[in-house]
Amino acid sequence: MAKRVGLEVSIALADAVKLANADVVAAYPITPQTHIVEHLAELVANGELKASYIPVESEHSAMSACLGASAVGARTFTATASQGLELMHEVLYVASALRLPIVMAVANRALSAPISIWSDHSDVMAVRDTGWIQIFVENGQEAVDNVICGFHIGEDIRVLLPVMIHLDGFSLTHVIEPVILPEQSEVDRFLPLFKYPLPLDPGKPVTMGAFGPPFIYTEVKWAQEVNLEAAKEVILECWQKFGKTFGRHYSPVESYHSEGAKVLLMTMGSLSETAMVAVDKMRGEGKDVGLLKLRLWRPFPFAEFRQAVKDAEVLIVLDRALSFGGPGGPVCSEVKAALYHEAKKPKVIGFIGGLGGRDISMSGFEEMVNQGIEIAQTGSEREFEIFGVRE
Amino acid sequence: MAKTKVKSKARAEGELGWKELEIGCFITEPGNSSQFKTGDWRSRRPVLDLSKCNKCTLCYYYCPEGCIAKTPEGYFQADLFYCKGCGICATECPKDAITMVEEEK
Repeated sequence: MAKRVGLEVSIALADAVKLANADVVAAYPITPQTHIVEHLAELVANGELKASYIPVESEHSAMSACLGASAVGARTFTATASQGLELMHEVLYVASALRLPIVMAVANRALSAPISIWSDHSDVMAVRDTGWIQIFVENGQEAVDNVICGFHIGEDIRVLLPVMIHLDGFSLTHVIEPVILPEQSEVDRFLPLFKYPLPLDPGKPVTMGAFGPPFIYTEVKWAQEVNLEAAKEVILECWQKFGKTFGRHYSPVESYHSEGAKVLLMTMGSLSETAMVAVDKMRGEGKDVGLLKLRLWRPFPFAEFRQAVKDAEVLIVLDRALSFGGPGGPVCSEVKAALYHEAKKPKVIGFIGGLGGRDISMSGFEEMVNQGIEIAQTGSEREFEIFGVRE
Repeated sequence: MAKTKVKSKARAEGELGWKELEIGCFITEPGNSSQFKTGDWRSRRPVLDLSKCNKCTLCYYYCPEGCIAKTPEGYFQADLFYCKGCGICATECPKDAITMVEEEK
């Protein structure tokens, strides 16, 4: 029986990759992802994980090496963050278009300049449209579970897509938490062997990534979109199977005291845990406040999201990234778009906060909710609010 | 959704719908670029004057498309299914036996 142990989340995540029996890890170290790939290098070096570890000269090369490995049918893992994620940007599109189920942990970190090694979601938002499945986790256990699920989902013959597991840098990667690591035999039973249907094979050659003239490009991109959208069903199926097997349950939009609440707060990532405590306190004081946590960022869970907010009057969305010169936070603008055609919808108030590792405390969330309720009543001339900025 | 079935012969332009594409638009039949018509990029086509040609082979070697082949009579003719009309053969011909002629409707 699997035991609960105290582990740094990065170490636990690397152990999950070992439990999934990855064949190839190609990675370049970058703060705050470093401990993940260091521990994987250790596991490979001491023979605990029988995999090829490819130390590369950049993140662009890391993702390129992952393409090749995945294309021959190897279970492939990498991890990165921030500038590293941006450096591999162009290759990310190739991974999804070639339908290669690479799993990548992203230790979410702000983008330069100024140099920040601390967490926010600006790196994620820059790769929003790369065609990857993107899952957010908010603690170490969720990171472990979703890395295992990531392989299960991505490698499903109905999906065949790469998967990003987003975990906030430092506030998750460098924190020691109680984590249950499943037994190897349990993971072996849960996770089928990876069999890529059309691998690169000299005996049966295929061409991947050939020229796509105007007469075919639109068809290829539409097939990709339909495929990513349809992946949601498989993601739900996998999480259900995971819940039955391991007793921990996941869903695309997770709710915390949100049923019937007039005011909803919406978060993504590790700050959700602070928001939960803040919601507890506010409810204790008789405020009608609930919390929604967006777990599945891509494919965006439109139906689940609309269902979750249908009875709310005010929806306060926190974004940890800023779309410069645009409508504010990427999550909030997508949420607004998802509600535009709904007859009954809450007022949506967008906040930008938690940039570059700036913490939002319990009282911070209370303040945000109070401000949000006030703006919902009085209106605002701004497209969005910036939280906690000094004049 | 993914298809595992290997597709039969690739078809000409405009025929494949999005549901018919192989996973990731992979090509499972080696060498199918020979079915890709590049001749319609051409605005001028090479015309060979047999009375000037001395069968020296230079046009054959210079053609970047590799579309010039030897005829049973030993002359060298461009395959207009592939010829993009670049005119290198006409420029290189030491006998001025190749003329580039405007394509007309």
